[in-house]
Amino acid sequence: MTRDPNDLPRYTAAERANHWIVALCFVLMALSGLAFFHPAFFWLTELFGGGPWARILHPYIGLVMIVAFALLAARVWTHNLIEARDKAWLRDVGKLMDGDDESMPEQGKYNGGQKLLFWSLVACLAMLLLTGLPMWRALWKLDVTLVRTASLVHAAVAAVMMGLIIVHVYAGIWTKGSLRAMIRGTVTRAWAWQHHRAWYRKITGHH
Amino acid sequence: MSLQSLDIRRRSATTTPSPQARAPASGEVAKLIDVSKCIGCKACQTACMEWNDLREEPGVNVGVYDNPGDLTPDAWTVMRFTEYDNPGTGNLEWLIRKDGCMHCEDPGCLKACPSPGAIVQYTNGIVDFHEENCIGCGYCVTGCPFDVPRISKKDNKAYKCTLCSDRVAVGQEPACVKTCPTGAIMFGTKQAMKDQAADRIEDLKERGFDKAGLYDPPGVGGTHVMYVLHHADQPSLYHGLPDAPRISPLVALWKGAAKPLAMLALGAAAVGSFFHYVVKGPLEVSPEAEREADAEKESGRREPGASS
Repeated sequence: MTRDPNDLPRYTAAERANHWIVALCFVLMALSGLAFFHPAFFWLTELFGGGPWARILHPYIGLVMIVAFALLAARVWTHNLIEARDKAWLRDVGKLMDGDDESMPEQGKYNGGQKLLFWSLVACLAMLLLTGLPMWRALWKLDVTLVRTASLVHAAVAAVMMGLIIVHVYAGIWTKGSLRAMIRGTVTRAWAWQHHRAWYRKITGHH
Repeated sequence: MSLQSLDIRRRSATTTPSPQARAPASGEVAKLIDVSKCIGCKACQTACMEWNDLREEPGVNVGVYDNPGDLTPDAWTVMRFTEYDNPGTGNLEWLIRKDGCMHCEDPGCLKACPSPGAIVQYTNGIVDFHEENCIGCGYCVTGCPFDVPRISKKDNKAYKCTLCSDRVAVGQEPACVKTCPTGAIMFGTKQAMKDQAADRIEDLKERGFDKAGLYDPPGVGGTHVMYVLHHADQPSLYHGLPDAPRISPLVALWKGAAKPLAMLALGAAAVGSFFHYVVKGPLEVSPEAEREADAEKESGRREPGASS
């Protein structure tokens, strides 16, 4: 593989591996979770070796996802603190959706949308862990009202998180040149200049 | 169990009708438990063990006559003994209730179950678990208003009273009914059991139990196991029998409206994303950005020493 020396490093190999462990776990969690949620998706349990296996694996994969996400969050949370320019970006997000990113406020390593996604995912996964544990029948039988509340909240938060991930994945497909950052680790200078100009200035030292 | 019995009114996690050409012409069935005639002999528990080949491991005395102390995967019915100091009469009453599945007309277990065909309701009203399809998630426990299903530690399957669906299917009454020495447990069509209960309630009222009545809770659409209670105004006296059971609103929302709403929202997000791409096209790096980045790089070469 040839690498362009002009490219800018965005993610280390460890960061990429960490991200994709979370992503793979999420896909498995979403597929098995949907199977338990709606009859239209029950057939997805076959991907896990049948209903009982899907039921057995779901919580363990979930714990792996939680641990992997916590490690990822520890790596990136300092880049995700919401700043004034992020709020301005979020106010103008309609323009971006319209395809006009020229007039968007200058962004750091992550834009306002990415930061909002990050903190939303932190909240979702915390909720999914808290509500998933009482549902784990193999471990315990807790107060039924607690389990009913947990089951409803677990499903609702999972649906919200799947929606967030659909947006996250689409953003990666829509914004050309982004996916390679998480696969090969680098982006072009022009990509960084266009989408994350403040980050470009910071890592190149140009002002 | 095969669906070829052709009498499956409802099937868990199934959105199309199940084979249900056959329905009992005489109407749905019901078991009637006349609590006022029960002597607490536990013959029904024994008959249940015998017919179903179940042997709960001997446990410990829990301080009351309940034995075992709770329903288990191997004890599908348990006599519940309550000592009630009746403030109205000053009498000490021994309220003995045969606990087990109530076979709800609107079963919370079936509503909550995610596995197609793990729980069925026959056209005669009996709610049955088909353990071959059970995945062991315990959602039936979460959905049940009566805390009846139990998950076995042996095989991680859910178990409960079948109302002897195998016996009923060949025209016999449930084993507990057959064995009850006082006739406290009766079985027949739901209407016949209601008629029988009405006679008994009239009799009990004549004997001073003016609150005697039938427990056939409307919140779950009625049940196919009904009780004649001497204190029908206070079902909870009978070892916590729910006063007004119904499928919890939390479960109804979780396994009701939440399903189509979530699917619609996620479908809209996915389809919306696709059409956004088709309509607006991808967000590509513009030629201007390429030029500006190149110019930036050149200027950076002329100003070395800048730090990140």
